[in-house]
Amino acid sequence: MRRLADLYETLDQTTSTNAKVEALARYFKEAPLEDAAWALYFLTGQKLKRLIPTKLLVGWTQELTSIPGWLFEEVYASVGDLAEVIALLLDARERPARTEELPLSVWLEQRLLPLRQLDAAGQREQVVSWWHAMPRRELFLLNKMLTGELRVGVSSTLVVRAVAQVAGLPAPSVAHRLMGTWTPSPTFFRQLVSQDVSDSDSSRPYPFYLASPLEQPPGDLGDRAEWQVEWKWDGIRGQLIRRKGSVHLWSRGEELITERFPEIADAAAALPEGTVLDGEVLAYADWRPLPFALLQRRIGRQKLTPKVLAEAPAAYIAYDMLELGGEDLRSQPLRERRAKLEALLEDVPRLPVSPVVQAATWEDLATARGEARARNVEGFMLKRLESPYLTGRKRGDWWKWKIDPFTVDAVLLYAHPGHGRRSSLYTDYTFAVWNGTELQPVTKAYSGLTDAEIGRLDRWIRAHTREKYGPVRSVEPEQVFELHFEGIQSSPRHKSGVALRFPRIARWRTDKKPQDADTLDSLKELLHASG
Amino acid sequence: MTVTPQGLYCVPGGFHVDPWRPVDRALITHAHGDHARSGSHRYLGARAGKGLLHRRLGADATIDTLDYGERLRINGVTVSFHPAGHVLGSAQLRVEHGGETWVVSGDYKRAPDPTCAPFEVIPCHTFITEATFGLPIFRWEATEQVAEDILRWWDANRALGRAAVLFCYALGKAQRLLAELAKLTDRTVFIHGALHALLDAYRDAGVHMLPTQPVSQVEKGTSFAGALVLAPPSASSTTWMRRFGEHETGFASGWMRVRGNRRRRGFDRGFVLSDHADWPDLLRTVEDTRAERVLVTHGYAEPLAHYLHEQGVDAAPLATPFEGEAED
Repeated sequence: MRRLADLYETLDQTTSTNAKVEALARYFKEAPLEDAAWALYFLTGQKLKRLIPTKLLVGWTQELTSIPGWLFEEVYASVGDLAEVIALLLDARERPARTEELPLSVWLEQRLLPLRQLDAAGQREQVVSWWHAMPRRELFLLNKMLTGELRVGVSSTLVVRAVAQVAGLPAPSVAHRLMGTWTPSPTFFRQLVSQDVSDSDSSRPYPFYLASPLEQPPGDLGDRAEWQVEWKWDGIRGQLIRRKGSVHLWSRGEELITERFPEIADAAAALPEGTVLDGEVLAYADWRPLPFALLQRRIGRQKLTPKVLAEAPAAYIAYDMLELGGEDLRSQPLRERRAKLEALLEDVPRLPVSPVVQAATWEDLATARGEARARNVEGFMLKRLESPYLTGRKRGDWWKWKIDPFTVDAVLLYAHPGHGRRSSLYTDYTFAVWNGTELQPVTKAYSGLTDAEIGRLDRWIRAHTREKYGPVRSVEPEQVFELHFEGIQSSPRHKSGVALRFPRIARWRTDKKPQDADTLDSLKELLHASG
Repeated sequence: MTVTPQGLYCVPGGFHVDPWRPVDRALITHAHGDHARSGSHRYLGARAGKGLLHRRLGADATIDTLDYGERLRINGVTVSFHPAGHVLGSAQLRVEHGGETWVVSGDYKRAPDPTCAPFEVIPCHTFITEATFGLPIFRWEATEQVAEDILRWWDANRALGRAAVLFCYALGKAQRLLAELAKLTDRTVFIHGALHALLDAYRDAGVHMLPTQPVSQVEKGTSFAGALVLAPPSASSTTWMRRFGEHETGFASGWMRVRGNRRRRGFDRGFVLSDHADWPDLLRTVEDTRAERVLVTHGYAEPLAHYLHEQGVDAAPLATPFEGEAED
């Protein structure tokens, strides 16, 4: 555990990417395999299912420190991280000079995971005895694991780089071996770093290649003829795998979603052995995508009844081919992959090929972009015809050219403190528009301001608070913000009657007065435009 | 005493304490910007802080001073200043009228500090305490420990040929760091221009600190590899930082106790060092003064007042337009 605490501290104390990779590599080289496997598990963003209800951990801390409930809440609002709050509060207690040190794997396998078999009293006895004996750093990490929140704050790209460095393997091979589900065991870690390339798990997806947002005019990309243009589908990115007689559908979040979409799985069963496609899951009927809201509703359903399946039938729009006949095609140019994709999927129901948009010039394309909303798509994807299928977000070959977002000017009404990194600042905001003479809250938004603006707004909020409700403050309705959002739906669950999609702050409109903000009626007029 | 739009006001004495707007007569606890504001007709403060007060309020400000413990009658009210242990010349103000004693703590700490006189407990009926760090998560480690951590960090960067840029507030923290580090080393420290004049005030007061050299007086192109640089936080992420080449940044402040505060500001290292009382010391001080009534101001005034109230102390927050802005 101390080794992990050292690693955590080192990673936490540097903003240098190289220093982070170096620290990770050193850890993987030095730690026993069984510990390295667990560290990797957490470093790649995986979590233990919650071991103990948060409420119990909070209660035990209060008992041990005699901190009343309201004060605990106050502290939590200020720190924003439960594991840290507990570690800081318990820091008041005397600690033994020499502390017991156990390997990470022993902590997890012999101490933490067995907590599930204990009743609350047994759990309390165990956890409190550990709390008494641990230094603060380790105690913080322990709490993070207990609450299922241990994230280390390094990107998986860096973790992959470090493992690749230790194993002497190319980073994409390591990234591939880390895809899908795996158990943190010495065996897994040994296979991960082994030179043996006969990878065995047939369900394993390839790492996704991600497009970058287009910030320059498309004309800067050069000759239009070198680019393939497709509509940017508004669905769930997915990798469809047909290997060894089975079908696996992976979401970009590396979740297996095969069972959520039986009609796609059925259709994919007809694909030849050793096929891997990249594409988008959509609600789709009559050769046309349906609004994302329908798909969302379907995802939310526990049971896929015939009614649900009929309301939002799903299809998989394929746009790339990564493997054919068991052969990895990713290094081939898109032009060739596309030809193979079209040949394979000619007239396969539920697996249409994403059509190529035919517009001769960039100008024609800009005009065609105007159809995007009516088509329920988000804009264009621009892909260089000569590009290989890369890993992660690499700028240059794949661009997303989104349609301009909707905008609304709204008034700041409530402020909430942020979490984690932003816990001592008011960073989450509720915005309102005019409904007659009243301000009607319509959405929350938090991203989009610079750190300097957040600081300035935080000071303004503190000095212009009307009322406090726990950590939330209502403020004088004076500040106007321009919000951007991607869509709007009518929603009986919201008092305003509408729900915005991906709202974020575009600009602090210090030039505007609250009476200049938009109205609920003008917002509702966008409902039909949004589809 | 009462709160007016100008600030805390003693009605029979006809004077304000640390007013935030210009008044006729201002009694000042210490020279930090949120306590000593310019524009008042005349000022009264502790003698040990006179130099710093003039730097803050202007050379031509009318500033009278009293020695610590020296009493003065103003309109039948007896006032005196007593060490607060916060920064050089910082004071608590004791106000006595008609057998009733009030103490305004200003900002204070109980931890030892080689740059200023140690906090004195002044028994009183009403104690107005600060609460900058009035939550139970705030507890300070021994200063020597923090100073050793800083030296280790400096040495680690030195070994890698990097500069170590340590941000800290220009008045108080910087001098305390230089005085604490002087117990461990005798190397010269580079300083930002904002610290320069303030250091002189401390040297004039006889505080022993590490030798310093202003960054602005270093010849252009000189390498800062292996150097320790002290600068105010406002200098971070400005072009001023470019000259240091490869470097790590640190911030010495009580706020660094919480990980998110450091992460948000993007510092490599946080050193938990504060010139304010931590939670245990706030509680201890309230008890030590044996005050019948406690008013709480600055920072976490509401939670501290609420907690004291639950412990049976007659305590309430004292509203001011300032909140959580305290330098540390």
